[in-house]
Amino acid sequence: MNMLVCVSRTPETTAPVKFSADMSEYDGSGVNFIMNPYDEWYALVRALEVKESQGGKVTLFHVGGAESDAVIRKGLAIGADDAVRVDAAPSSSMFVAKQIAEYCKANAIDILFFGKETIDFNGAEVGAMAAEMLDMPYISFAIDMQLDGNNATITREIEGGKEVGEVQTPFALSAAKGLAEQRIANMRGIMMSKRKPINVIPAADAADKATVVKYAYPDAGGDVVYIEPDNMDELVRRLAEEAKVL
Amino acid sequence: MTNHQDHNTEIVKSTKTDRFQGHDYYNVDDLLTTEHLLVRDSVREWVKQEVSPIIEQYAERAMYPRHLVKGLAEIGAFGPSLPEKYGCGGLDEISYGLIMQELERGDSGIRSAASVQGSLVMYPIYKYGTEEMRMKYLPKLASGEFIGCFGLTEPDHGSNPGGMITNIVDDGDCYILNGAKMWITNSPIADVAVVWAKDEEGKVRGMVVEAGTPGFSAPEIHGKWSLRASITGELVFEDVRVPKENVFPDIKGLRGPLSCLSKARYGIAWGVIGAAMDCYDSALRYSLEREQFGKPIAGFQLTQKKLAEMITEITKAQLLAWRLGTLANEGKATPAQISMAKRNNVHMALEIAREARQIHGGMGITQEYSIMRHMMNLETVLTYEGTHDIHLLITGHDVTGLQAFK
Ligand SMILES: Cc1cc2nc3c(=O)[nH]c(=O)nc-3n(C[C@H](O)[C@H](O)[C@H](O)COP(=O)(O)OP(=O)(O)OC[C@H]3O[C@@H](n4cnc5c(N)ncnc54)[C@H](O)[C@@H]3O)c2cc1C
Repeated sequence: MNMLVCVSRTPETTAPVKFSADMSEYDGSGVNFIMNPYDEWYALVRALEVKESQGGKVTLFHVGGAESDAVIRKGLAIGADDAVRVDAAPSSSMFVAKQIAEYCKANAIDILFFGKETIDFNGAEVGAMAAEMLDMPYISFAIDMQLDGNNATITREIEGGKEVGEVQTPFALSAAKGLAEQRIANMRGIMMSKRKPINVIPAADAADKATVVKYAYPDAGGDVVYIEPDNMDELVRRLAEEAKVL
Repeated sequence: MTNHQDHNTEIVKSTKTDRFQGHDYYNVDDLLTTEHLLVRDSVREWVKQEVSPIIEQYAERAMYPRHLVKGLAEIGAFGPSLPEKYGCGGLDEISYGLIMQELERGDSGIRSAASVQGSLVMYPIYKYGTEEMRMKYLPKLASGEFIGCFGLTEPDHGSNPGGMITNIVDDGDCYILNGAKMWITNSPIADVAVVWAKDEEGKVRGMVVEAGTPGFSAPEIHGKWSLRASITGELVFEDVRVPKENVFPDIKGLRGPLSCLSKARYGIAWGVIGAAMDCYDSALRYSLEREQFGKPIAGFQLTQKKLAEMITEITKAQLLAWRLGTLANEGKATPAQISMAKRNNVHMALEIAREARQIHGGMGITQEYSIMRHMMNLETVLTYEGTHDIHLLITGHDVTGLQAFK
């Protein structure tokens, strides 16, 4: 099984969210960046489990500058065999998807793994776009995947329940909580990661179809107003007149 | 607040999240490599998952969380800087220090288990043992299949190990070992003990004694108010026959055990920064959340004095440890430099624990917070591996050339 695990670099969950003065760009200064947890905990680990049970190769794929090498190194320490880094800023979902698609066209991939979303923009776009470009089946929000030869039975999370489907390799999936259990890199893995290659390649041409114009902070939360349970009229009045939701 | 735990009830993982965050006021992280940061963050993650949810309960019951040995081995905490050939990590000294820091952030007892196994048992076997001894013991100690202990201190000889009376007498293919050791971390559960004893010429020799050897026993010491999640005992030798191939061939004199202590003390100098950061982190958060007289207690000057001094001292300790680590990587750290860092950093951590305890008010004495446990643990750390005062005498000796021990 040739597996490609697409990983992104995201700010740590506790990092304060800041923007440039004109609100046009995210300001990552002083922020600790990590591997997107859905990519690390579920997608990568499930790929490693497949490799351990039936052989194969796990390659990490990342679009980003050299500052991402620490994140990639972590994936290698957890157990990926090697990594490919497209040396370009991940300017949009479309741009990143295009890089993945171009790589997969040139390299036969049996399973293309994504996390269900990144924890910064929460777009959940890249996987679907890349699979579409490759004309590959795409199963999103996978919480279980069982492989039997080239046939996979995948359970995905849907509103109010689960959906079970079957698909044959090659296919792409996005990993949700439950697909695997987080693994922590051990010292041996960290040492071995130093000997594993990160192949840096130039970006394929891809025009951004969307650009960010401006960011805005959400409105600060208002004060909490307590209304006595026996004063329902007041609650209704406020919902109608002040919140204007009735 | 957690209810008082019945000692017979089962230990269940606490669901409270460990909100610890590292503190790096002087961007010391910039002095570390990607590898160092990976090492640190991995162990931090492991501690949050495995140690934090159970440690208060084990400490309260004075039980050693033995199930953690496997995880400690898997993550690579046993002998991380020894060669990969023996199942070890092959990491540098700064990585080793960072591992100790993160383990002690969880609990000094857990760090002690790793210090003893790595620096006091595996290191002497690696450094002074024959290749046969290395191959026989190191992989098993690295994988946690074997637990080791280190016997130097005796009931009547603590700060003055040179006065030891435990001894060996030549008996053909064996030595006959007699004597007793006291305060030995992990002795009751150890599979192997590295023991230091005097030969017939009065020279200190080191050897590996296996559990189960006739005449060898290791009773547990009970009633500790410190390092409660670590097991401590005695080593008693009554005509124990130690095969000659188990004795380190070429090292004679106190230099042997002292070189091991240097390794462990080095780890302690880093380790206690973890305990200090945990106390500071908790105090900072608590003081911002706790309100009195209409504002967060962090807004009062007296609280700020405590917090400001804490982070200043932590920062100094971090820089001391980093510099010592750099020297150690170059093979240039002297035992006296290690003494200075051990003494300074342990004292710093204990002071911070005490101040942090005050900031937490009454809550600070409960097991809802890690502070009181750290504080009690650090009392041991201040004493073992050379007491606070003995390290001062080492520095005094080093700068004056005059020794004031006796
Ligand atoms: C929980 C725990 C675990 C331990 N684990 C181990 C272990 O695994 N292996 C091991 O070998 N040992 C271990 N030790 C022993 C530890 O190293 C000794 O306790 C320590 O060396 C001090 O010895 P002592 O307790 O006999 O105190 P003493 O040496 O009797 O010291 C008592 C006091 O006298 C002071 N003092 C002594 N000599 C002088 C002097 N010349 N000048 C000024 N002051 C002096 C000391 O600083 C101290 O304050 C452990 C101890 C504890 C508490």
